[in-house]
Amino acid sequence: MSSVTAVPTANGGAGRSDQPAPHGEQASTGRVGDRLFGGAATASGVIVIAMVTLIATFLIIQAVPALMNNQESFLTSRVWSPGGDQPAFGILEFLWTTVAASTIAMLVAVPFGVAVALFLTQYAPAWMRGPAAALVDLLAAVPSIVYGLWGLITFAPFFKPFQGWVESTFGWFPLLARTGITGGTILFIGIVLSIMVVPIVTALSREIFGQTPLAHQEGALALGATHWEMIRTTVLPFGRPGVISAAMLALGRALGETLAVTFLVSSLPNGAAWTWSLFNGGETFASKIANNAAEFSSPTRTGAYIAAGLVLFVLTFAVNSIARVVIERRKAFSE
Amino acid sequence: MSTLTREGRAGADRRSRTLGGEQPLDGQVPGEGATPPGGRPDDGPLAEMGHPQRGRAVKDAVARVVMWGAFGVVLMPLVWILYTVVSRGVHLLLSSTWWTNNQRNINSGDVGGGARHAIEGTFMMAGITAVIAVPIGILTAVYLVEYGQAGGRGLAKAISFTVDILSGIPSIVAALFIYAVWVTTFGIERSGFAAALALVLLMIPVIVRSTESMLTLVPNELREAAYALGVPKWVTVVKVVLRTAFSGIVTGVLLGLARIMGETAPLLILAPYTKNFQRDIFGGNFPTLPMMINQDRGDIGLAAAAERMWGASLTLILLVLLLNLVGRIIARAGSVTT
Repeated sequence: MSSVTAVPTANGGAGRSDQPAPHGEQASTGRVGDRLFGGAATASGVIVIAMVTLIATFLIIQAVPALMNNQESFLTSRVWSPGGDQPAFGILEFLWTTVAASTIAMLVAVPFGVAVALFLTQYAPAWMRGPAAALVDLLAAVPSIVYGLWGLITFAPFFKPFQGWVESTFGWFPLLARTGITGGTILFIGIVLSIMVVPIVTALSREIFGQTPLAHQEGALALGATHWEMIRTTVLPFGRPGVISAAMLALGRALGETLAVTFLVSSLPNGAAWTWSLFNGGETFASKIANNAAEFSSPTRTGAYIAAGLVLFVLTFAVNSIARVVIERRKAFSE
Repeated sequence: MSTLTREGRAGADRRSRTLGGEQPLDGQVPGEGATPPGGRPDDGPLAEMGHPQRGRAVKDAVARVVMWGAFGVVLMPLVWILYTVVSRGVHLLLSSTWWTNNQRNINSGDVGGGARHAIEGTFMMAGITAVIAVPIGILTAVYLVEYGQAGGRGLAKAISFTVDILSGIPSIVAALFIYAVWVTTFGIERSGFAAALALVLLMIPVIVRSTESMLTLVPNELREAAYALGVPKWVTVVKVVLRTAFSGIVTGVLLGLARIMGETAPLLILAPYTKNFQRDIFGGNFPTLPMMINQDRGDIGLAAAAERMWGASLTLILLVLLLNLVGRIIARAGSVTT
């Protein structure tokens, strides 16, 4: 308990002056109230750990029996018929749609998010920064179900002509090949997702850009850099880890986004021909689970969806862990 | 790339050319060439430092226009969404029955009724979620800031890591987990309470993180002063630390509530919609605003249902915005730094 960096003036609570305690840790021993409160705090922390452990455990326990009965390869099959005596299901299609749509969302959202963050910290006039930042945050306050409605009803009609033009002009390129699907294509979902995650990228990038040491910026300007050169040589390098972790957190959100995608997707029939085209339909993990919530009738059936949820959990877990590692490394560097 | 990107870049290039022509970079620079005190450094010194080569000045101007353009492009969907929802939903909110009636005995194609049942349900569910999540979240943050630094550094790190994981869990996975426990394992029927449990999982990390950052802002001198007076640690935490950080914690709670109120995925899986009032959270079907939107989306071909859908959307946005606004006002009114 007692640390070597003890500050003698900050002795613990009454009656504990024989033991130096830098932050009053010693004060927390002995008394009933202290033990109860400290115990409650510790217990809450342990509950949080237990929750995450339980989530992983329960999902695995319920997914395994379904996976054992699976007639197809879970990771490489595109069939999805989890019911009946011969359940057969694979997640390849969901994996592709989820990853492709989220990647598109990142490709659009990260440049825009960073540009807006730079605008808010470097370019906007001082009077405008507060209100402008609040407006961008407002974008994050719109519930995802409303994004779904807006995308489905208002935005889609504007996207269709654009898709038609791209298909007829760049159709020779496999990623942009014509598929005949005009509603919720992967590209369209990616773009709606990008609008949803831009505020996340902006909020975190803005914070870190604002921490760039003023001396660096003034130094660059004193050496004759233009405003943009100053940003490129001081603000962006300083903020890079923050931007990377912001992008990762936004990716995590895009991967798991449910309702907006559920409204937009156009599901494919079993056995539809495989295509790399971004103008193809297809469900993501989250939308597949949400769309079939009424179907959780038998354990095997439910197990199949839980297995899909487990893959989504692992994906977001990996992405968030990477973000965390990047942030930690930056902390170690800047302290 | 999106249309937005294309338009943004093309527009930026065009505008930058005219801007470069009319207004060379040096023209915008204040004459004194001094960095404004305390403010952000401007390109002031450049005026005396000789002309940057033309290419550099153009690049600088292009960057400026791109940043402004990006801001405009990002605001476009916001304005568009708000306009869509307000213009299509506002007249329902102004009708007399919207805030007082439910949808009982009203078919999807009929007009009339209100959203009282869903508004009440949303508030009830948020309330239950908060009652469970807030104590756990605040106590966890207290542990991380006040207790975790001492002996069990490892435990604090583990908790911090799991909070991060929890904050990244998709809402649908949280819902599946509760389903796996509540319905599949224990065989209890789906209800508002089950959905609230899933929302607890989503709310806890928000509360832990906001409370944690507020607690670290409390000056150590306050704690030391309390200890010096012989105040026990737990009383110090409750009466000094938590009280100092109170407004910040309230803000965090409100922002957390705003986040979970709009969540739909857990409701979809755990709390089926009903058109009636439902005040028993264990009593099966449970009305909420997101589920009301979802219900009417199913009958979107019917004009009355579509209207109701936009009305419910507007109501939900207004509630979320209200919480955000109140949270920010409280944060501004009593910030810890004083």
